[in-house]
Amino acid sequence: MTINTLAKGGWHREQMTCFQKMEKVIVAMQDPDMGMKMRNQRLLITVIPHAMTGKDIIDWLMQNYNINEEESLHLGGFLVQYGYIYPLKEPRCLVLRPDESPYRFQTPYFWTSTRWPVSELDYAIFLAKKNIRKQGELMEYEKERYSVLHKRINHTWDFVVMQAREQLRASKQRRKADRIVTECQEQAYWLINRPPWPLNAMICCSNTIILSVRAYVLMCRFVKYSEQYQNHDPIMQGCLPSNPWISDDTAHWTMNAALVPIPTRLRVERWSFSFMELLSDAMGRQEFMMYLEKEFSAENLCFWQACEEIRHGESSKIVEKVEEIYKNFLAPGAARWVNIDSKTMDKTLEGIKHPHRFVMDDAQMHIYFLMKKDSYPRYLKSDLYKSMLSKAIVPQETKKSVFPFVRRQRHSSPSPAQAAEDSRSKGPQAGSD
Amino acid sequence: MVVCCCLGRTATWVSYQLKIHAQKYMRSPLIPEMATQEVQLNETLAHLKSESESLKSKLEEERAKLHDVELHQVAEKVEGLGQFVMKTRRTLKGHGNKVLCMDWCKDKRRIVSSSQDGKVIVWDAFTTNKEHAVTMPCTWVMACAYAPSGCAVACGGLDNKCSVYPLSLDKNENLAAKKKSVAMHTNYLSACSFTNSDMQILTSSGDGTCALWDVESGQLLQSFHGHAADVLCLDLAPSETGNTFVSGGCDKKANVWDMRSGQCIQSFETHESDINSVRYYPSGDAFASGSDDATCRLYDLRADREVAIYSKESIIFGVSSVDFSLSGRLLFGGYNDYTINVWDVLKGTRVSILFGHENRVSTLRVSPDGTAFSTGSWDHTLRIWA
Repeated sequence: MTINTLAKGGWHREQMTCFQKMEKVIVAMQDPDMGMKMRNQRLLITVIPHAMTGKDIIDWLMQNYNINEEESLHLGGFLVQYGYIYPLKEPRCLVLRPDESPYRFQTPYFWTSTRWPVSELDYAIFLAKKNIRKQGELMEYEKERYSVLHKRINHTWDFVVMQAREQLRASKQRRKADRIVTECQEQAYWLINRPPWPLNAMICCSNTIILSVRAYVLMCRFVKYSEQYQNHDPIMQGCLPSNPWISDDTAHWTMNAALVPIPTRLRVERWSFSFMELLSDAMGRQEFMMYLEKEFSAENLCFWQACEEIRHGESSKIVEKVEEIYKNFLAPGAARWVNIDSKTMDKTLEGIKHPHRFVMDDAQMHIYFLMKKDSYPRYLKSDLYKSMLSKAIVPQETKKSVFPFVRRQRHSSPSPAQAAEDSRSKGPQAGSD
Repeated sequence: MVVCCCLGRTATWVSYQLKIHAQKYMRSPLIPEMATQEVQLNETLAHLKSESESLKSKLEEERAKLHDVELHQVAEKVEGLGQFVMKTRRTLKGHGNKVLCMDWCKDKRRIVSSSQDGKVIVWDAFTTNKEHAVTMPCTWVMACAYAPSGCAVACGGLDNKCSVYPLSLDKNENLAAKKKSVAMHTNYLSACSFTNSDMQILTSSGDGTCALWDVESGQLLQSFHGHAADVLCLDLAPSETGNTFVSGGCDKKANVWDMRSGQCIQSFETHESDINSVRYYPSGDAFASGSDDATCRLYDLRADREVAIYSKESIIFGVSSVDFSLSGRLLFGGYNDYTINVWDVLKGTRVSILFGHENRVSTLRVSPDGTAFSTGSWDHTLRIWA
């Protein structure tokens, strides 16, 4: 790798290959037959399963790769430095000791390569958890970052604190040994990905490379987004059957109207790009609702929709809408009770006493993320989605007209204002047209 | 990088303080007993000014320390774009004077446009038929917006107000009769936009502020202070927790605001002149700006800095309006030299230049489904390009 490759961001590609190789070693080390012999380690009075000593690691590497002790220590050192193995006794000292010091394998969930790029939101939640658990006793650099994050993503701070509390609550219900293990894993992950470099000392080479890599990874998002949406961009790729502005044929709009019997393939594919894409498409939302009904969790989407109406609706209707939501979704024994954690529920119920536009925000976000992380991925794997995708239309491209000089008649369409007026004049008996 | 955000915000706060002081004291009549007060105030002003300057240079220092990668470097491996053939597909004639602003309806074919002659027209751009026309009580209607439901339009300008007109199809009804006055500023209205529903409007004004209004009651829900001069443009963020927007002003700054608290959460100052237009990248974590300095720039919200500049030595005149294609790969800019330049967002190169208008392009918007974009010009016409 030359200076040129480095400048062109080739470091990222190189780094990923290294990770892959390290992961191969790690997987081999955990092989049930040929892998390492694990034992229980005693950490004060708690017994941690599946741990190994530094000496074990070095011995295994020596035997399996036919290398000497010095080389084995060198290689093992990298595994620790990049977070694939972490020390149990002195977690901040990322060094492999050739003695009885206990180590554990990092769970793949926390591998640097799996969770790249690192999420600010996750880091904020982690610091919030630590802050709550240790009642403010964070390290200096953690305190600084916590307050910076607090300012930068202040608009989602309630969500951060709520998530932190929720995760802490969930962890309390686990066995102490498991809890300690998870805490160690998480701490190790953040030590690797948010190391305690002092903010002013951004001088040494490895720091700037890390920052450059981070900047590089951030820029890659734009490339990725553009690539994903390229086929959906009519100006770039054209659209099927034809661009109405060029051919004077409105078929493209008819096929992609809000609610159609069978949607186009591109449209259904787009629902898989993000949860927001699914929800912003009227048909996507309808399909998702059907799926949730099968799973008996449709109340989540209904609740979310009701909250949206408060946020964006008339000021004068806020009080009555909040009442409705309470009655239908939050009151004990409500017909469509939504499952929110007790802290958020308490806070929301307290807020309902003095209802305002944003009183449902916390609860709404909780349910939104619940659907996003849980129901949405399952929907994409479901038969309902897959069958919709398979029967979706791929329109035929309209062949250029035989008589290109004859202009097609341009048909007018009903104005949205007209549609609204019609439904008003027909009265409440009219179904939705 | 984490320091930059704090410094940036402090610098914003200091500028704001400067402006408040200026407003309060510089316009009061000079009375003898106020002479000593004036001297003290000048000293305070000087002190604040130097503090603001030192904060700004510290900010630049911190930002420079980061060995940052530019977007076009990352995009080197991306395939280049071929030649683009885009033509005028419709020309909308009907305004009696300069077209200043336009907006698309969610139905992907209707448009509202406003003009210097005080007229606001709703068109079905596909058939080029005019469907509604309103005459405003003022000239220079600089802002107009279509409601998400398609049932109303908002507009305003030199009257310092933003008014909402429900669209009635009764030919005999005078639209002006049902007009609702929503926003009130102390200077001209430069831009307006409905939020996710017909019930709230976001406005920006020559009085240096932005504001969020409840349409039904006309009540001010939130105001946004921080710009040191006229605010010229704004755009709402397409985010899932949707609560932020960006504004650009004559102070060369682009500010990102939290709609709920009214706080400025990020600020960018790299343009060399007034920012006429801001538009979010489709994913919501970046935005583009167009300025009188003849450049367009892309700002990454997560990296908290400018990541691309779109400029050419041969482009001398300012950009009035920018918008992205659906995938975010193309950036369209309407310029004061009557042209439209099409930029490759990733590579930073100019893909195409479009001629057609006979005077400045004042407004440019891509249609909601990305099939075309529309431009309005001082040549009294609007054009649809595809």
